[in-house]
Amino acid sequence: MNDHLQVSSSQYNDKGNLLLRLEEAQHRLGYLSEQTMGELAESLGISVSEVYGVATFYSFLSTRPQGKYVIRVCKGLPCCLKDSHMVISAIEAAIGIRPGDTTPDGKFSLELTNCIGACDSAPAMLVNSELHVGLTSRRISRILKTYEQASASDRRGG
Amino acid sequence: MPEQRVVLRNCGVINPGRIATYLAVDGFKALNKARGMTPEQVIQEVKDSGLRGRGGAGFPCGLKWELARNAPGDTKYVICNADEGEVGTFKDRYILANDPFMLIEGVTLAGYAIGADMGYIYLRAEYQYLNDSLVKAIGQAREQGLLVDFDITIRQGAGAYVCGEESALMDSIEGKRGEVRYRPPFPPTKGLWDQPTVINNVETLMNIPQIMLNGAGWYNDMGTERSKGTKVFSVSGDVSKPGVYEMVLGSPLRELVEGLAGAERVKAIQIGGATGRIVPYDMMDTPLSFEDILGAGAITVFDESRDMVDIVHKTLQFLAEESCGKCTPCREGTEVMAGILERFARGEGNERDIKDMERLSQAMMLSALCGLGQAAPNPVLDSLQYFRGEYESRMQEKRGSVAR
Repeated sequence: MNDHLQVSSSQYNDKGNLLLRLEEAQHRLGYLSEQTMGELAESLGISVSEVYGVATFYSFLSTRPQGKYVIRVCKGLPCCLKDSHMVISAIEAAIGIRPGDTTPDGKFSLELTNCIGACDSAPAMLVNSELHVGLTSRRISRILKTYEQASASDRRGG
Repeated sequence: MPEQRVVLRNCGVINPGRIATYLAVDGFKALNKARGMTPEQVIQEVKDSGLRGRGGAGFPCGLKWELARNAPGDTKYVICNADEGEVGTFKDRYILANDPFMLIEGVTLAGYAIGADMGYIYLRAEYQYLNDSLVKAIGQAREQGLLVDFDITIRQGAGAYVCGEESALMDSIEGKRGEVRYRPPFPPTKGLWDQPTVINNVETLMNIPQIMLNGAGWYNDMGTERSKGTKVFSVSGDVSKPGVYEMVLGSPLRELVEGLAGAERVKAIQIGGATGRIVPYDMMDTPLSFEDILGAGAITVFDESRDMVDIVHKTLQFLAEESCGKCTPCREGTEVMAGILERFARGEGNERDIKDMERLSQAMMLSALCGLGQAAPNPVLDSLQYFRGEYESRMQEKRGSVAR
C-alpha cells in the first residue's frame, strides 16, 4: 500500500517518469549505457531490468552508441512501392555501412524504420529529427554531403 | 463527388505560426460559445452531431465524453492521439503542420466538456520535427488567455506502432513500456493514472469546433445514416496525385482513388493500413463509411504490376515486428503468419499452409487482446479471398520443374 502511495505522489512529476528520463538521458549522452540505466534505476527506486525493459521497447531509444546523425530509412509499404531499396543501397554505398551499423568515425548510423508518415512523397527518410522526402540517388548524396560538412565544421568550431 | 473541407478548412489558408490568422477565420469562437453553455449541453451537441472517432474504431465521440464526464474522479484528462503510426496514414501530420490551432481549440473544448484541467498531445517520435511549432502554437493560445483553467502538454513518443492503441499510449505517457491493457475498465472511467480520461484522434478533435460553431444539425446533414460528417484520407502508392483529401463520408472509393488521386490500372487497394482491408478493383464503388470500409483513412493503391503475396508478406512482417508481445495470439500468430508468407514468397507454400493461416486467423480474431492482433489476419484473409490464385501459383507442388 505504501509503495502505491509513493508512486502516485510522484506521478505528475516528470522526474518520476521513466520514459521521459530515458529520452532526456539519450538526448544528453547520445545513447543509454549500462551505467546510465543503472543510475536511473537507483534514482527512481526501480529495478535495472525495468529500466532496460522500457529502453529496449522503443525503437528511438538506443542501448548502443550511435552516430552523430542517425539515418532512418522508411521501409513502410508505400515507400517500398516507390523503391526504398534504392535508397538503402545508395546510402550503403555512400557511407559504407549496413543497416544496424555505425560508421567508424561515429558520424552516421543507418537504421530501417517502419512507416514515418511521409507516404505522399515517398521514398522518405529521417536524419535525426529532420525529414527528407522524394529521395533519388542524387538527392541522397547531396543530403549526406550536407551532414558531412556540418559535422566537419562543428569539429573545427570546437 | 468533390472534396468537402471541414477539418482541413484552414489548411493552406491560415499561417500556422500566427494565432491571429486563425482568430480571423472565427478561431476560438466555438470555445467562447461553449463556455456560455453547460458542459452537459456541449456533450449533447456532440452526441447529436453523430461524430464518431476518426482513429479507426469509430466509437461515438459524445458518448465517450459523457462517460468521462459522469465518471467519479477529481482529476480528469484529455489526450489527443497524434501517434499516427498506421502504415500509409499521414493526414494528422498534414493537420498538425498546417492548422495546430483548431486542434488546440478542440482539445480545450473536450477538456471543458468532461471537466479536465490537463490535456496531453501524444506526438509520435517520427514527427518530432513538428514539436516546436506545436509548442509555439500552444504558447500563443496561452498568451491570448484562451486556455482558461486548462493547459496542454506535448508528450513525445519514442518509436512504437502499438502506442497508437489507446491503452498502450496511456502506459507510454506514464513512462512505461507501451503495452496494451486489459479492458474493462475503459479509459473514460479508468484511464491515465487510473483517472477518467478521454482519448481522441487528432481528426476527431478537429471536428469539434466546427460542430459547436455550426450546430449538430449542420454536421449530421453530411454523410450516411451511421457515418456523419467528412473524413480525411491519406492516399499513396500507385497514384499520380498522392496526398490528403477530405470527402463526405459515404463517398465511393472510386471518386477518391481515380477521381481525385488519379490512379490508373488499379489492381487492389488497402484501406486502413496494415490491419485494414484489401479490396480488388471490382469493389471500387464501395462507399467509404463505417458501415462499409473506413479505418483511419489510409488508402494505399496497388496497380496491375504488383504482387499481392509480396504485399501481404511485408504487411505481416511489419505487424510481427510491432506486436507488443503481451498476448500470445498476436505475438505468436503474427510471427507464424509472417513465416508462412515468407515461404510463399519463395514459392514454397502448400495447401496446408493456407489452412493453417485460416485457422490461426480465427483464433487471433477471437482471442487477441487489442485491435492489432484481432485485425492482423485481415490482409491475409482478404488476399486469400480475392487473390487466391497468386498463392496457388506460389505452391511448391504446382511450380513443376522450374523449381529445381
